[in-house]
Amino acid sequence: MKAIYILCLRQLKRYVRSPARIVGSLGQPILFLVALGFGFGSMFAKAGGGSYLNFLAPGIISMAILFNAVFSGIEIIWDRQFGFLKETLVAPVSRLEIVFGRTLGGAIVAMAQGAVVCVICLIAGFRIASPLLLPVAIVFMFLIALLFTSIGTAVGSVLQDMQGFPLIMNFLVMPLFFFSSALFPLNGLPKVLQVAVGLNPLTYGVDGLRGALSNTFAFSMATDFIVLSILTAILLAIGSYFFSKIQL
Amino acid sequence: MSEMIAVQDLVKNYGEFCAVNHISFTVTEGKIFGFLGPNGAGKTTTIKMLTTVLDPTSGKILVNGHDPTREQKQVRRSFGIVFQDPSLDDELTAYENMDLHGILYGVPHGERVMRINMLVDFVGLGDRIKDFVKTYSGGMKRRLEVARALLHNPRILFLDEPTIGLDPQTRNHIWSYIQQLSKEEGVTVFFTTHYMDEADRVANEVAVIDHGKIVAQGAPAALKEKTASATLEDAFIALTGHAIREEEATSTDRMRMMGRVWRGAGRR
Repeated sequence: MKAIYILCLRQLKRYVRSPARIVGSLGQPILFLVALGFGFGSMFAKAGGGSYLNFLAPGIISMAILFNAVFSGIEIIWDRQFGFLKETLVAPVSRLEIVFGRTLGGAIVAMAQGAVVCVICLIAGFRIASPLLLPVAIVFMFLIALLFTSIGTAVGSVLQDMQGFPLIMNFLVMPLFFFSSALFPLNGLPKVLQVAVGLNPLTYGVDGLRGALSNTFAFSMATDFIVLSILTAILLAIGSYFFSKIQL
Repeated sequence: MSEMIAVQDLVKNYGEFCAVNHISFTVTEGKIFGFLGPNGAGKTTTIKMLTTVLDPTSGKILVNGHDPTREQKQVRRSFGIVFQDPSLDDELTAYENMDLHGILYGVPHGERVMRINMLVDFVGLGDRIKDFVKTYSGGMKRRLEVARALLHNPRILFLDEPTIGLDPQTRNHIWSYIQQLSKEEGVTVFFTTHYMDEADRVANEVAVIDHGKIVAQGAPAALKEKTASATLEDAFIALTGHAIREEEATSTDRMRMMGRVWRGAGRR
């Protein structure tokens, strides 16, 4: 347990000590929030959807978590390239503890970034429906973060190319974000898009988070929680398997 | 004295290429063992297999009585290692790097704090302990890595080119401490180096590896006597037919080589 704690703490220290990283990764969510939130706001309200900002904010928070979580995988490649991975791999702790520590650290960092975006959304006018559901929102934020950090871990364990990682992840992350319920409601979508959105794990994360923050569910809290938990467990296992196969 | 490292008929193949070719040796407790060879000879591959980083293709290894392929945790608890390339986290301070290592190796808090301060002082970095490693020079990083390898009181110390990039004063300082550890606490040291004078001065026994095979093994004095050489470097050239770093061979190396060729021709 101590190994998990110290490796997780290392990720947090590296995050807190990099203001450029904190500020830099806010750019894209703010851009989406301003451009879409205010751009489509009136149209959404006229169509009877209510406040678009209240609808969009959970999607933008999920986006910030998704991007930070997935890109945390590059730290494995970075550590392999600059030698620190060796230090952990020859320590008398299991690879499972190492990968859990790293993944948990990456997930908490992604969640923290999501929390910063949430504060920005509140400043922009977003209103939380019920503060009592905040703990539920935190659970969903954590599950989204853990799921996508596990994907980052799996890809970072297999890839050794620091330039290739962002390209591959962008290829993966963009469809995940756009084909989820982050930007638009699920009802009335064409059949093909409905299937794509239904197969996307982010859809359940956004829906759970939206339910907790804005009290609007497309599925149900239980469905979102179960689907997200099962997928997180599977992807964590896959990430751990690939990490255990790393040879220096 | 017990055998701390026992290697028997060890082989490592990468596809068609044989990096380590049926090598066998033992290192007795408390001894300092030098593993010498040119670049690409198989030194680092051997260390990687001894330290559980790499699985051998065939052969048998025992480190502190444990098999690195099956009893990884027991083997890992037994040794400290300084890798050939840096393995510190530049974004952490020296103290945090040491502390992280201590926690991974299960060193209790009180002992950890005491040993971190003692070891960092020993390598002359006491006044920089709270600084980020990214502000250190290459030599300072190396010294910190040596201190870190000793933090959990290992029974065996693996040093892969440990003094590379260090000034002579620090090199001497580190080797004196390592000799002291070996003599007083029975720590077994397995090291590779390009500095033949260091191997000559420090090692109780050396093995010379070339193209994956051990070509000679014994005390430095015995190898010098066997090859009728004045220095271990000359003995090395006599045994392998080339200088330790062929690509960086100096004009002196080349003259020595020519001398050996001429002397050999004369004897025939």
